[in-house]
Amino acid sequence: MKAIVCMKQVPDTESKIVLNSEKSGVVRDDFSYIIGPYDEYAIEEALKLKEAAGEGEVVLISVGDASIKSTLQKGMAMGADSSVLIEVENYNGDALTTARLLAEQIKTMEYDIIFFGKQSTDDDNAQVGPMVGQLLGLPTVSAIASLQLENGKATVEREIEGGREQYEVNLPAVFTAEKGLNEPRYPSLKGIMQAKRKTVENVTGSATASTVEQLGWSYPPARAEGKIVGEGAEAVPELVRLLKEEAKVL
Amino acid sequence: MSSILLYMEAQDGQLKGNAAEVAAAGQKLATAQQKELVAVVCGDVATDELGGWGVPRVVKLSGKFDQYSGDARATALAKLIGELQVDTVLMMASSQGRDLSPRLGALTGVTVIADVIDLEDQDGTTVAMRTVFANKAQLRVKPAADLAIITLRPKAFTPTAVEAITTEVETQEVDTGEALSVVKELLVAAGARMDLTEADVIVSGGRGIGDSEKYDILEQLAEKLGGVVGASRAAVDAGWRPHSDQVGQTGKTVAPTLYIACGISGAIQHLAGMSSSRFIVAINKDPEAPIFKVADYGIVGDLFEVVPALNSAI
Repeated sequence: MKAIVCMKQVPDTESKIVLNSEKSGVVRDDFSYIIGPYDEYAIEEALKLKEAAGEGEVVLISVGDASIKSTLQKGMAMGADSSVLIEVENYNGDALTTARLLAEQIKTMEYDIIFFGKQSTDDDNAQVGPMVGQLLGLPTVSAIASLQLENGKATVEREIEGGREQYEVNLPAVFTAEKGLNEPRYPSLKGIMQAKRKTVENVTGSATASTVEQLGWSYPPARAEGKIVGEGAEAVPELVRLLKEEAKVL
Repeated sequence: MSSILLYMEAQDGQLKGNAAEVAAAGQKLATAQQKELVAVVCGDVATDELGGWGVPRVVKLSGKFDQYSGDARATALAKLIGELQVDTVLMMASSQGRDLSPRLGALTGVTVIADVIDLEDQDGTTVAMRTVFANKAQLRVKPAADLAIITLRPKAFTPTAVEAITTEVETQEVDTGEALSVVKELLVAAGARMDLTEADVIVSGGRGIGDSEKYDILEQLAEKLGGVVGASRAAVDAGWRPHSDQVGQTGKTVAPTLYIACGISGAIQHLAGMSSSRFIVAINKDPEAPIFKVADYGIVGDLFEVVPALNSAI
């Protein structure tokens, strides 16, 4: 079972977001970076499949600059066998650019299955996985919550509003992982030590212009200061009155 | 005249409720930019409502659309975009729109402007507002290509009354070839309830609930208010609620009319997912809980006393 997992390093989800003085981006100095939370489900699923098959490999791919190496190391500490880092000068994080770079790299590799997280938690675009699937002409299912393999076919389910869609697709295929697909493992001490000896292959790619132009960043509008209506159950009648008369939502 | 293509989702031959939001967003741009609105549906879908939303034309694509296939629909839409003079495609940032739009982007060579909360026209150019870092920041963008594919945050675009017109309906055969990924079966949840992203009222419970069974009182309140129950990450990670109920950075971003947070302290990743709700009520024991900073109305107290009292008062 040869699995590829495309992942992105993102700022820790507890990070405070501070805009730069030009409002052209965020201040990244204080960020600590993690594997994208959804990418962890992708890595875990690939590792589980390899373990179930008893053979194979899990290769991570990421796009960006050399700083990503330490995050790839974390993925290899979870158990991935090796990594490919596509280094791009002036990388702008554009979804289609990223998808094209990944698709070109994947075409040079052998694989049975490709995983992504369903979205990054910084740009919140949720695009790169399905784009790569489309570019490679492979069956693709996004945001999967379960996966079962049998005889070269994958049965997967994805959550939709009010239910689930079930798909049966042939491998090789592309899947993006939703939370709930599995419970990602923590790297063991042994895994962390082994990761240091695993390889990160460097390839270079070039960025193409994005079809979307950024105009400026801002903070979400601040909410007006609320009020404490009171304490305990005695405050309920007043709350109900406010919801009826002031907010007019009841 | 170039056109704005409105992709509308359907189920069982009927337009989904969110189709009105796509029409509303389209209306906003079409008026300012003097463009034609063209709706598109896949399969034999009743489109009687479109006239009431001011949509003058609809293309019904006829082909293998019985079950949803993201790649088949992307292929069909890409063909249609080539035939009509489309410069903007609008669809919902729903589970379907989020699956379909990037495929269409890959086929047409554009990055999708995803999950926007507002659209406006600036001298003929569409400017979109989207949220990043799970709502901790906002980013204004504009298309830099001949085609813009834009997905709309559920509940962000409110349908407004427009003058009803007659919609011209045309049916077009389309060959999408062999679909690679097709829904085999649609599993509708028992007692299918509204999705969090579509609900007007959300009653959410966090760590303070303490147990999956104790969500009963929240279910009761939600039912009385015609809403649904949500949960914080702590509650989901504890296994009390399914992930589909999670509000916040690794869950759903919601903007209901009324959000009632019970026993939720208000971690930054949770606030990010719900702070654009219209009214927020917080019920928490701890007067210092950060949730009170974003709440319009707060009650400091034990949710197991306050919520039942609220249940009987409403």
